[in-house]
Amino acid sequence: MEQNVFSYEARGNTLVIHLPRELDHHNCRNLRYETDLLLAENYIRRIVFDFSQTEFMDSSGIGVLLNRYKQMAGSGGTVALYGAGAQVHRILNVGGLSRLVPCFETKEAALALAR
Amino acid sequence: MTDRRERKEEDVKIEDGRNEDRILLEMDSISRNEEFARVVMAVFMSRMNPTLEELDDVKTAVSEAVTNAIIHGYRQEKGIVYIEGIIAGNELTVVVKDRGVGMENIKQAMEPMYTSDKSGERSGMGFSFMEAFMDHLEVDSQPGEGTMVRMKKRIGG
Repeated sequence: MEQNVFSYEARGNTLVIHLPRELDHHNCRNLRYETDLLLAENYIRRIVFDFSQTEFMDSSGIGVLLNRYKQMAGSGGTVALYGAGAQVHRILNVGGLSRLVPCFETKEAALALAR
Repeated sequence: MTDRRERKEEDVKIEDGRNEDRILLEMDSISRNEEFARVVMAVFMSRMNPTLEELDDVKTAVSEAVTNAIIHGYRQEKGIVYIEGIIAGNELTVVVKDRGVGMENIKQAMEPMYTSDKSGERSGMGFSFMEAFMDHLEVDSQPGEGTMVRMKKRIGG
């Protein structure tokens, strides 16, 4: 898997988004367009973000998460994430995201709740 | 001749009572350089023996300031971003400067969650993050002339 691209995995009504190593403005540029396409074509009720490869995130990442959260909340869906390391956790806390988006240790845990 | 000049520089440093290290990085305002800028600053400050958390804090703050210069200062057009790092004792100073459009209202720009961006993808937390992760933040901006962000952080208590 390339380090600085997003990859997507659809599991029933859940869309898993595998995030890149560096989640900054540069790497977030295409995410909106790509997820909007996927959300339009599939009946997605839940988005699960995979942070297991992510070593760095700044406020650009918060913007992406917040936007997806609003999008899903607007249609009655949910958002979750898993695999966040120390730096990502700090950013999620300072950015106030940990109150909105539940964080799980593993993919299995994040997906289990989706059902 | 060379010897004498070197000795003189040494004398000045001692007179100053402080030992300053300085770097200056000039780069094109393209988004690919955001990572480069924060990594350069992390490598520069590594001589201060920072904790991992201190390194991450500075990387985040640099990333925010450089991203602002690229997106807002130069509005994604070509320009030059200047990044200066100064180590004086246990204090790191980071200056990020652009000669872009500048800001009319610095106070408003610094409000948490404020963003001039219309796409909805920007969180408006850039300045809040710089404030949260550094000890000191100073912003100077003139419409039409550009913006300068000066941040300081004490490393190692």
